[in-house]
Amino acid sequence: MAFKQVSSPHAHAAQNTAQVMKLVLLATIPGLVALTWQFGWGSFINVVLASVTAVCCEAAIVKMRGRSISFYLGDYSAVVTAVLLGLALPPLTPWWIVVVGTVSSIVVAKQLYGGLGYNPFNPAMVGYVVLLISFPIQMTTWVAPLALLPAGTAHPGLMESLQIVFAGYSPADGVTGATPLDVFKHSSGLLVDQVYDREPLFNQAMFAGAGWEWVNLGFLLGGIVLLTQRIFTWHGPVGMLGALALMSIIFWDSGSSSSPGSPLMHLFSGASMMGAFFILTDPVSSAVSNRGRLIFGILIGILVYVIRAWGNYPDAVAFAVLIANFAAPFIDNYTLPRTYGHTDRRRATEKEEG
Amino acid sequence: MSRTWVTPGGVHPPENKHQSVTQPIGQLPIPEKLIIPLSQHIGAPAIPCVEMGQQVLKGQVIAQAAGMVSIPMHAPSSGTISAIEHRPIAHASGMLAPCIEITTDGADTWIEHEGISDYEHISPRKLIEMIGNAGISGMGGAGFPSAVKLNPGRQRPIDTLIVNATECEPYITADDSAIRERAGEIVEGIKILSAILDHPHHIMIGIEDNKPEAIEALAPHVEGTGISVVVFPTKYPSGGEKQLIYILTGRELPAGKLPADEGMVCINIGTTYAIKRAVIDGEPLISRVTTVTGDAVGTPRNYDTLIGTPVRHLLEHNQFNEQAGGRVVMGGPMMGFTLPSADVPIVKTTNCILAPSYAEIPDDEPAQPCIRCGMCAEACPVSLLPQQLFWYAQAQEHDRLEAHNLFDCIECGACSYVCPSNIPLVQYYRAAKGEIRQAREEKVKSDHARDRFEFHKERIEQAEREKEAKRAARREATQQAKADHAAAANGSAVPSAAPSTPATAAPAGAVPSSSAADIIAAAQARAAAKQASPEDQRAKLERTIASAEQRLKMAEEKLAEAINDDSGKQDKLSAAVENTRQKLEQSKSKLAELAE
Amino acid sequence: MIELIAQNPILAALIALVGLSIVFGGLLGFAAEKFKVEGDPIVEQLDELLPQTQCGQCGFPGCRPYAESIANGDDINKCPPGGQSTINAIANLLDVPAPELDAEHGEESEVKTVAYIREDECIGCTKCIQACPVDAILGAAKLMHTVIADECTGCDLCVEPCPVDCIDMLPVAETIADWKWSIPAKPGQMIATDRRGEVSPAVQNEDAA
Repeated sequence: MAFKQVSSPHAHAAQNTAQVMKLVLLATIPGLVALTWQFGWGSFINVVLASVTAVCCEAAIVKMRGRSISFYLGDYSAVVTAVLLGLALPPLTPWWIVVVGTVSSIVVAKQLYGGLGYNPFNPAMVGYVVLLISFPIQMTTWVAPLALLPAGTAHPGLMESLQIVFAGYSPADGVTGATPLDVFKHSSGLLVDQVYDREPLFNQAMFAGAGWEWVNLGFLLGGIVLLTQRIFTWHGPVGMLGALALMSIIFWDSGSSSSPGSPLMHLFSGASMMGAFFILTDPVSSAVSNRGRLIFGILIGILVYVIRAWGNYPDAVAFAVLIANFAAPFIDNYTLPRTYGHTDRRRATEKEEG
Repeated sequence: MSRTWVTPGGVHPPENKHQSVTQPIGQLPIPEKLIIPLSQHIGAPAIPCVEMGQQVLKGQVIAQAAGMVSIPMHAPSSGTISAIEHRPIAHASGMLAPCIEITTDGADTWIEHEGISDYEHISPRKLIEMIGNAGISGMGGAGFPSAVKLNPGRQRPIDTLIVNATECEPYITADDSAIRERAGEIVEGIKILSAILDHPHHIMIGIEDNKPEAIEALAPHVEGTGISVVVFPTKYPSGGEKQLIYILTGRELPAGKLPADEGMVCINIGTTYAIKRAVIDGEPLISRVTTVTGDAVGTPRNYDTLIGTPVRHLLEHNQFNEQAGGRVVMGGPMMGFTLPSADVPIVKTTNCILAPSYAEIPDDEPAQPCIRCGMCAEACPVSLLPQQLFWYAQAQEHDRLEAHNLFDCIECGACSYVCPSNIPLVQYYRAAKGEIRQAREEKVKSDHARDRFEFHKERIEQAEREKEAKRAARREATQQAKADHAAAANGSAVPSAAPSTPATAAPAGAVPSSSAADIIAAAQARAAAKQASPEDQRAKLERTIASAEQRLKMAEEKLAEAINDDSGKQDKLSAAVENTRQKLEQSKSKLAELAE
Repeated sequence: MIELIAQNPILAALIALVGLSIVFGGLLGFAAEKFKVEGDPIVEQLDELLPQTQCGQCGFPGCRPYAESIANGDDINKCPPGGQSTINAIANLLDVPAPELDAEHGEESEVKTVAYIREDECIGCTKCIQACPVDAILGAAKLMHTVIADECTGCDLCVEPCPVDCIDMLPVAETIADWKWSIPAKPGQMIATDRRGEVSPAVQNEDAA
């Protein structure tokens, strides 16, 4: 009798990377449903198109590297990146925007750095920022939310949306519009109350911005599901949302004409919730320890607010996340947990004393 | 109910303990051969004290403790010593180690032995000696000699005795069933320990809440003894010594310290039973309760197994189905190690033989890349960052590994258990620890080699210096002699005939006896020879100089040629020329010296 | 004066830059003096990294002379016993790119060796005793010699001088005490032809290298 020789432990928990990724995909569904409900089929097309592109890119690169395609595609990581990018892009954007963004994400930001687990930056956000800088017009044209469509019109149907995306048809008048953060940014000189009175995006909304509040609630729901499934810890999201809320309370300035906006608007507009639960929780490019992730989240929250309030871009999750990615190794160096039996936390570069 | 603390991390793998406790502890027929490894514990291997073919009785010492941190081995049954050689043992390496093989005679005849019931009135030293002589080492896992653990001479008195009945690994029920059936003897053993340790304030039996029957069995025996049974929620790995100490006392054992440094002794509950047997019954440790479980065996249950029983014997008596599973594990599914073959014997630390089916423990999936999801850090009971350790272990960055406290890793396997990418993290840590240890040993060795080399060099130089000093002294002496001679010959008109004059001049006045004359004659002859040699030397030197001059000339010509050709040989040639010139100069200076 | 500067932006810039460089230069100089790190002299550190076999394969009589030579700019790839890991460590210390081992000085051997004298053939010439750099051979003239295995560095300097070729370099056998786990194959290195659960020999070799 000769037996197999392997290292302990012999038992393993059932969960594997593919299942984690699939759970993340499932958790994006509420957000995707909200987007489709409020903004039409555009986001759905983005997501499908990006996923197909991502799978093709990943397969091509893995093949070029001479590795097993089924093994690498089986981890669903490419699809997750693509879905997140697709959700972040404006609905009804031309198809090549989606393709260029996805190729940047998968080929440049992920595979060129060594594939899953080796990318220092969040691939979806790299793709997004490449597009934002290269094609600002397309990237800032959003679809008007359901409540703001001119009377008697509706969002284009699936076929019409496909024509807009792939054949370059222009959408009907009144279908496109600005985002709440955009509107707010370009309404200087007005009191917050005046902006809310004047802009339908705000006065048609319940608390944050027409349509957007639903999308953010959708992502919040999905995020909470992932949190209860222990896919990630609370530290990152709470850090970011807490910092964002705190910053917007500090600088609220009781709604004066120079106020950068209310805490509710900041939390439930733009990509806040999606960023907090789906982007900065990407474990590969974030800090590693729990304390580190808290600091990482706080840094992103502060950066998001700073860029939104005083920067040139109406939304800033992508930039904030990329900047924080740079800082992650530095944060790691100072946030080692205290090990059992040691009185002090150590720095990662410190040597054993004595 | 006393308070308990909660350790960070931990996992909840399926317990699978119910299978093996359906039946009471069983007895196996005595195996034909018993194989007793000489090293079943931490410390020096025992030294055999029996010979091939010797008859031994059950309980007879067959190998003696080698020094302080070691334990003796006893014959688990009567029979004949049939081999003392290297055999496969229970070690992850699958390598061979020295063992004693006993061919049993089936009579199972005990050697004469006697215990003491009145342990309260025996000195702790004597009790510790009994425990040491019984060959008892920790039966929970590491196998540290118990007598050493209990030995006084520590800095502070022991105020807490912790008995570890946690048994947190899935599948294993050896301690559980032992407590159910032998609670009285176990508590007796704890009382002996208490007597040895001068009755510590706190005596706690730590046990997980998944063993209600065992807890119930202990209750009547501990009543009124001051021993408390502390029950805490089941979580792996609560049974690690450091974890248990924290759970029961809320104190962390500082890194690099032993429990005794903190006034604690932590001992496995199986060991307390062995201590009772050793003291009260006078029986050495020759058997232990071992769980045989897993779906590849027919009837999972516990056996009172003789130390040295081959695993094959256990499996064969349990309808082992070799086709059902791929591995046989000694220990539990989290920390146990796979056996190279079924010929490996049960040792004093073997609490479980696990033969899982493929359905229970499938072959390992290929590892996927680490995505730093952090689940391992959440599961780590000592708050390490396993994912970072993994990266650094891969890159072999030893400094970083030590900065991340690699050596505080208890290899519990919780991180590998939860890893969604199936990375064999623990193997990385073990390998990295091994490498670092090896590097440290090599460092010590190379420092030692450096010292020896420096010393060697120093010694050679010293010898050289001494030689040089002697030479100088001799030269001085000759010169002195010459000067003396010159002074003596000052009046003489014939200063020529140099060779013979000193010889004749020296013994001029005194010729006391014939033997002395002989000596003098010999000395004269030697001196004559010495005096003659300078001329030879001079001639030789002159010859050398001539040939060197010749060579120098040739070398210079060659060099000139090389420079003209630019053949790239100039460097070598000019070095050669320089060399020759130096030799020439040396010879010339020597000649000048001689000429003086 | 101030007016002149204000009207000449180039001059203003120049003055500002020069001023800044003086201030910061001073600061840096001060810091360099004040927070000077007292390190081991470089020769000590180099000597620490060398394997101390004292084998002389580098062309120097012992490790320390070679360390001194490296400190004076010699190549760092002349130490076969240390092999690539030593070269890497030295390169790391000196902050230079790590070259391959110079084959002229010998090849890195995988297994450690120790000298062993076939004692019945030994004639007691003491030549090996004189050759041993760490005094690891015991014996006297016309009496049998033997190697103290624990002290032997495996430099094989004793093999050459032996007139009867009775010294062997034997590989040091791994024992159960110094056995260690090996680093598993790198995750995510499966290639197209691999089946699940297996790693191709090519990948294993790559990792071993």
